[in-house]
Amino acid sequence: MPTILTSNHVTKTFGGLVAVSDLNLEIQEHSISSVIGPNGAGKTTFFNCVTGFYRVTSGEIVFDGRPIHNHRPDQICEFGISRTYQNIRLFSATTAIENILVGEDPRLKANVIDAVLRTKRFHDDERVAVDEARRLLEFIGLRGMGDQLARNLPYGAQRRLEIARALASKPKLLLLDEPTAGMNPHETGEMTHFIQNLRDDLGITILLIEHDMRVVMGISEQISVLDYGSKIAEGKPQEIQKNQRVIEAYLGRSATSGNESKARKGAAHGDA
Amino acid sequence: MKNLLNPSRSRTLSQALIAGFVSVNLAAIGMVELFGERYLVTGILTMGQVVFLLAPAAFSFFAVRGTGKDWKDLLKALTIGLVAGFMLLLFIWLAVSFPVRSVLLNVSPSLIDLLTFGLGTFAGSLALLGVTVAVSLLAAAMNYLPQLYGRAILYGFSLTLLLALLSQILVERIRNFFGQQAIGFLFSSGAFKPLTALVLFILLTALFIALPRLSKPKAAAPKPRVPVKLARQLALSLLLLALPFFLGTYLTEVTNNVGLFLLMGLGLNIVVGLAGLLDLGYVAFFAIGAYTMAVLTSTGPLGLGLSFWFALPICVVVAALAGLVLGIPVLKMRGDYLAIVTLGFGEIIRILALSDLLKPYIGGAQGVLQIPKPSLFGLVLSTPEKLYYVILGCALLAAFISNRLRESRLGRSWIAIREDEDVAEAMGINLVRTKLMAFAIGAGFSGLAGAIFAPKLTSIFPHSFSFLISINVLSLIIVGGLGSIPGTIVGAIVLVGLPELLREFAEFRWLVYGALLVMMMLTRPEGFIPSDIMRRELHAGDSENVSPS
Repeated sequence: MPTILTSNHVTKTFGGLVAVSDLNLEIQEHSISSVIGPNGAGKTTFFNCVTGFYRVTSGEIVFDGRPIHNHRPDQICEFGISRTYQNIRLFSATTAIENILVGEDPRLKANVIDAVLRTKRFHDDERVAVDEARRLLEFIGLRGMGDQLARNLPYGAQRRLEIARALASKPKLLLLDEPTAGMNPHETGEMTHFIQNLRDDLGITILLIEHDMRVVMGISEQISVLDYGSKIAEGKPQEIQKNQRVIEAYLGRSATSGNESKARKGAAHGDA
Repeated sequence: MKNLLNPSRSRTLSQALIAGFVSVNLAAIGMVELFGERYLVTGILTMGQVVFLLAPAAFSFFAVRGTGKDWKDLLKALTIGLVAGFMLLLFIWLAVSFPVRSVLLNVSPSLIDLLTFGLGTFAGSLALLGVTVAVSLLAAAMNYLPQLYGRAILYGFSLTLLLALLSQILVERIRNFFGQQAIGFLFSSGAFKPLTALVLFILLTALFIALPRLSKPKAAAPKPRVPVKLARQLALSLLLLALPFFLGTYLTEVTNNVGLFLLMGLGLNIVVGLAGLLDLGYVAFFAIGAYTMAVLTSTGPLGLGLSFWFALPICVVVAALAGLVLGIPVLKMRGDYLAIVTLGFGEIIRILALSDLLKPYIGGAQGVLQIPKPSLFGLVLSTPEKLYYVILGCALLAAFISNRLRESRLGRSWIAIREDEDVAEAMGINLVRTKLMAFAIGAGFSGLAGAIFAPKLTSIFPHSFSFLISINVLSLIIVGGLGSIPGTIVGAIVLVGLPELLREFAEFRWLVYGALLVMMMLTRPEGFIPSDIMRRELHAGDSENVSPS
């Protein structure tokens, strides 16, 4: 399978803080991959670098054969990367269908003059856009709810609407930032299923950040583990589950060996 | 004691104290006295009386409204009437017994005379108490009528009072159409005759009772049929076209001012209401439009003497370009910071116009003079009535354009930026282009208003473009309903037209105006005619307002 996203030695610092450090990553096309790691490991920072919200300090990000790390978020969206957010960030005072229509915007062609004169191009554009938005609403199970305000939708529906909005730009790569955060086991199960369907039905590549290990282990084909901004492990779910360094990162060294923990502390002091 | 202080009672008591406080204050600052001789209904009701009875009446009405319609609730109104009455009595007693005039200049004997209905201190005090209590009870009793009738009477009464307040204008207009005889028939010494007022009140109340019944069957129908819609639009167009004929020169002039502010409001509505970019220097584009028009058309030493119609599009383009120039440096700014930078920009433009640097071109403090009125096919549009049509045309065009833009992908992008700029950008919206578009179109509308403003006054000066205009335009779109085009229209009428109509309040004009604004924003924070979204947002609790598709 060809690679769709490559991260070459990506580093992102904020002042003295190194959020992402020399990160190398390869995401295969049509795969479902996960980035995991403890809180503050730099996962969301990495997403922000990929989507152009942060400028990388050094290194490069190549998407679909094209370096994207110097482009603006809206350009990167047009290249075919779309995302959702850890804390839902819908346009909450607008309706569900308007949210999706905004996602479709880069694909529309009508300009200001068309809008004022209501040309044929405007009407064609709007018709296609609304049809597509309705189709997406149906796809996420919100058929006929298009006129509801986004903020009045149930939590799970908001999560799915955010994904639908991201899908509206017809991305090749979809970044999901903790899609099951705040969900109960039943909802989580549904969401997992939904993500799998996304890949199978739409043929897109999915990269997710997730804390729920059942979700991660259940649907990922490849997992990368970050800790303190660096990649400490990579592989298939079974490999990651057995990886000593991953267990240490999540549980601390003392869980595996008390002596080594002390050794690490000493090393940390030495560094300082 | 415990009983006395239960929450509902202490609330009533505090409302009563506030009502009394308002009444006493209005008397003490001289409003009651000023209007003591200004009859609304000849021989019966003066405006001064309305001023000091308004607060107890309003508080009583709202204290009982929304309660269980228990007759015991009338006790609240009784309390409010009594407390307010006693506070006024206390005020009278203080005024009579002590030399309060050395502090409160307006507490004159004639004020006391007014408050006691000229009956002397003792009998008058009793009468005052009786009247405040009666008015409070009457106002509260409106709530016990079936809602339709109660509301109709309330609206009928308020509208009658409002018309009585505007009697000067009414007299002038009616004389113009029906002659002096009609005036003598309806009015005496500039106020409604009692019978006129009564008939008017009954007619208006009947109208408000009939109105919901008339409009109901239409609301039930799925959509008004095309001929009905067309007929309505035709009627509205005819009304708009014939308006100067009914209004006369003075009111048409007021309407023209409303129209210019409406133009600016429609532009700022795009920038602030849709795109969420708080612009406090909006007057700059108005000034740029006006100065461009002045320099291009003036027949004086500074002008080029071009025709109005040739210069008009140039003014719009120049203002829009200025919008771009302001837009570029503030692209990365948000909220408060943006507001301060735009405020500075507005001041820079005004000070530039004042400066010696540009004096050879735009006249500095002396301004640009001799700006000719526009002419159309040899007809000079010299009067407000004729200029009205130019403003009407431009306002309609602006409303049309902003409506169509709102319902397009550009409108959606603006709203997305207002809601969450970062996400909008991540969804593929080009922030630079979208924001600049908002600034440029908004500035263009304002420039258009300025371009009409210059020949309307025939001369312009830097001090015509003060910061207050920016604030006024911002207020009118907020009061009307942010993001809503009908709201902007209503806002312009209320905020620009109303102060003109309140001229009779003299030095209290801006006090009344300010109080109305405060009340308005407290009771209807979403504006008069909110955009659909705002309405849903602010009344999300009233589930009947949220209708699924």
